[in-house]
Amino acid sequence: MRFLFFMRLKINGESAKNLKAATIRALLEELKIDSGRVAVEVNLSIIKKVDYDHYTLNDGDSVEIVNFVGGG
Amino acid sequence: MDDRLIIRGIEFLSRLWVGTGKYKDFEETRTAIEASGADVVTVAVRRVNITDRKKENLLDYIDPKKYKILPNTAGCYTVEDALRYSRLARESGISDLIKLEVIGDEKTLFPDTLGLLKATEILAKEGFVVLPYTNDDPVMARRLEDAGAAAIMPLGAPIGSGLGIRNPYNIKIILETVKLPVIVDAGVGTASDAAIAMELGCDAVLLNTAIAGAKDPIAMASAMKHAVIAGRLSYRAGRIPKKLYATASSPIEGIL
Repeated sequence: MRFLFFMRLKINGESAKNLKAATIRALLEELKIDSGRVAVEVNLSIIKKVDYDHYTLNDGDSVEIVNFVGGG
Repeated sequence: MDDRLIIRGIEFLSRLWVGTGKYKDFEETRTAIEASGADVVTVAVRRVNITDRKKENLLDYIDPKKYKILPNTAGCYTVEDALRYSRLARESGISDLIKLEVIGDEKTLFPDTLGLLKATEILAKEGFVVLPYTNDDPVMARRLEDAGAAAIMPLGAPIGSGLGIRNPYNIKIILETVKLPVIVDAGVGTASDAAIAMELGCDAVLLNTAIAGAKDPIAMASAMKHAVIAGRLSYRAGRIPKKLYATASSPIEGIL
């Protein structure tokens, strides 16, 4: 049995608690992020979009979610 | 007159490419880019703002269906970081193009060309359309071409400096050295700088600060559009040779 409410993730460098999400897809939905416009990395490995539904997050994972911003 | 810019099978509709940084807001970004007539816009890869999800996204204003999105690796000082940002940019699913920057010095933002060469080689093998931001060095330009770059993007002057094309002779030599398209990237300060780059025979000009930092960015965007078109036409028309002395335009015959 997974104690999801104990899961601590690091998201974009910040500690995140009280997240229920168990997959990338669920995490993006919980954070209200449009998955079509971002890229996600877990512990420095890029997660492909097709894997968002079944990639399971684990306690202590470091997640980076990036998008495009203004730049030259 | 068929004068299309095609890089790796991608047809570019404008020879002016613009950045999306440093604008007052997204509305100004959109209006300026429209006025520039550019169909390529550069963007940076950064963390999503997790705490304030109400913040709008650049792509709400710059439609990826309308514009070619050219992500950069700005801020990367190592090959590893440049690779990481490039791969993340591609995974977003919006673009296979990468404006590759490996910066070697904080003050000048000059490229670390050794790192750039290495990263170009790796990313080209991974199928990226690699557009490396490099020095105005013809030898490095050839090395980048050999490493699989899709175009060469020499700087005219340091990023954001507005100093113009500081070494037009080197740019000219690069144009004669490589077969790839050459796009001046960085240094343009005003419309005449863009025209000079195009008159040299460059295939396109990429700029950001010159428009975003102008007193009236929308008017400057339009000025740049016209300068690039004028410079290109002038290059294709073939300028007259420079001469030290005058040659009269009116006939001698019939003088009283």
